Amino acid sequence: MDAIKIFSARSVPLMNDNIDTDQIIPKQFLKNILKTGFGKDLLYDWRYLKPNVPNPDFVLNKPERQGAQILVTGENFGCGSSREHAVWALKDYGFKVIIAGGYSDIFYMNSTKNGVLAIKLPKDQREYLANVPPEQKITVNLIDQKVQINDKEFFFDIDERIKYKLVNGLDDIAITMNMMDEIKEYESHIPDFN
Amino acid sequence: MAKTMIDKIWDQHVIKGKEGEPQLLYVDLHLLHEVTSPQAFEGLRENNRPVRRTDKTFATMDHNVPTVDIFNVKDMISKKQIETLGQNCKDFGVRVADMGHADQGIIHAIGPQLGLTQPGMLIVCGDSHTATHGSFGSIAFGIGTSEVEHVLATQTLWQNKPKKMGIRVHGKLPKGVYAKDVIMGVIAREGVAFGTGYGAEFYGDTIRNMEMEERMTLCNMAIEGGAKMACVASDEKTYEYVRGRKYAPKNMEKAIAHWKQFYTDDESAYDKIIDLDATKLAPFVSWGTNPGMAIPIDKTTPEIKNADDQKAYDYVHLQPGQSLKDVDLKWIFFGSCTNGRLSDLKIAASILKGRHIAEGITAWVVPASRTIKETAEKLGIDKIFKDAGCEWREPGCSACLGMNPDHVPAGIHCASTSNRNFEGRQGVGSITHLASPAMVAAAAIHGHFIDIRKEAI
Repeated sequence: MDAIKIFSARSVPLMNDNIDTDQIIPKQFLKNILKTGFGKDLLYDWRYLKPNVPNPDFVLNKPERQGAQILVTGENFGCGSSREHAVWALKDYGFKVIIAGGYSDIFYMNSTKNGVLAIKLPKDQREYLANVPPEQKITVNLIDQKVQINDKEFFFDIDERIKYKLVNGLDDIAITMNMMDEIKEYESHIPDFN
Repeated sequence: MAKTMIDKIWDQHVIKGKEGEPQLLYVDLHLLHEVTSPQAFEGLRENNRPVRRTDKTFATMDHNVPTVDIFNVKDMISKKQIETLGQNCKDFGVRVADMGHADQGIIHAIGPQLGLTQPGMLIVCGDSHTATHGSFGSIAFGIGTSEVEHVLATQTLWQNKPKKMGIRVHGKLPKGVYAKDVIMGVIAREGVAFGTGYGAEFYGDTIRNMEMEERMTLCNMAIEGGAKMACVASDEKTYEYVRGRKYAPKNMEKAIAHWKQFYTDDESAYDKIIDLDATKLAPFVSWGTNPGMAIPIDKTTPEIKNADDQKAYDYVHLQPGQSLKDVDLKWIFFGSCTNGRLSDLKIAASILKGRHIAEGITAWVVPASRTIKETAEKLGIDKIFKDAGCEWREPGCSACLGMNPDHVPAGIHCASTSNRNFEGRQGVGSITHLASPAMVAAAAIHGHFIDIRKEAI
């Protein structure tokens, strides 16, 4: 998993509240056998008028928003179905940071398992970020837990254990891998019946 | 302090962490199938990680597999999922009972059948019916895809210890009442979420008197009551079931001595106890759209108490106050990890012998594994089903969930030995009535359910 310490990227605002995981990645795309490749179907029903015909009015399709890696959005992001595919789709599209008013518990935990930083900020600060010009980069400093833009600094809270994982680019597996001596020690005591 | 068998097994599997916080547990057996594993293997590839203990991992194809002409998978997405598991197992050195392999079958049927499932183990699989394996006196539960990857990479898993529930079942089961009716009866009475946050243990003389395959049925459906794990303490029946199987311990006496430590000290160890008088049970049949919506066959469908009930009635085209004996059945499904084992097929065949299914009914028999299918054929059970007008098919999950082409048509009422009667579960618009194999067999003959305790079959 890639580490996130200080990250600067352009952003895209999608300020709807309650964007559910059915919207993020509709059910017909869940049969993919990879964690990758979901990006093209991210927000499918909003993004395409019909198959292969992008909706030119949708913000993700605007030329000036291409390559954005920070999503600024509304309240209760990722609600609904538990599908981990939702996080996989956001990540595959290129989003590394999401800034929302709040998240469903399941979506939030899924994001931490996939190296996507999900930040909570109040509405006024998100609205400020939503009005940043498309070409301007926003800086997210996870070490100091702040979002920087122009002369502004917006501070955010994050659980220490989750921060440790993200700053060090550790997934759960990498963390457990560091306990391999203890796992091997355990294995040396497993009774053998053969 | 008194401990439950779940406590004792759990505590022996803790590598790190204290109770009340996530604990790192060692996994003795990791079972895989084609639907929830591809992204986990992909994760290993991305990070250059091997499968840490291929000797504790076993895979098969079950959810997508056709039950006729099995090598001709017409659905391209299903085909890809099946082929991907085969390739992943090859690349990572994982044992696999591939398409057509003698050991192939529903993962929860072949674990016990191959002797992989053993008492005292911690067993996981990316599938909610993993609780089946708890019937051997082990801890067994379903996990998500990220967790599948974690187990593949480390042979461990972070989990919070559940609370413990005792389900005490006592008395002799009446004639015509089976393990399926016990678990359906518990869920009908207690609801579909009574076990949420708990690990359940079935105990009492009724359970002791059950054969292993009946105990599997019992634990299999605990998840329909919300309990992600359920178990039965091991005993002589368990040991004899395991003995001599392909992957059973070679030194059984040493193994048995170890397994005997896993029992619940006394009832004070449970956080909660529910009690069931087996002598009062009747055959259960589900009427609605979750397994809690079920009634004894001699009762009528319940009043509408809430919007969920109304929605269910609308879906199944029934009304309150109806007898399920009056519902016209057009489809029959014998199979699944709940009731697709040899003993289930034997019971159904004993009822169907010399009889014929009612006119206009389609009846599928899908043994849970190839070994079960072949054993049944040696015993002539296939012939009984075929003579009765049933289709004798190849093993797999089949019409339990309809990921393969086995779908029940819209608007059709199906008597099914499976585990879930959710909307659209067996096919878009299909209407599922869960029941025991004996009840389903009798229903097949009559074209509607009958009370097998009272009426001439």
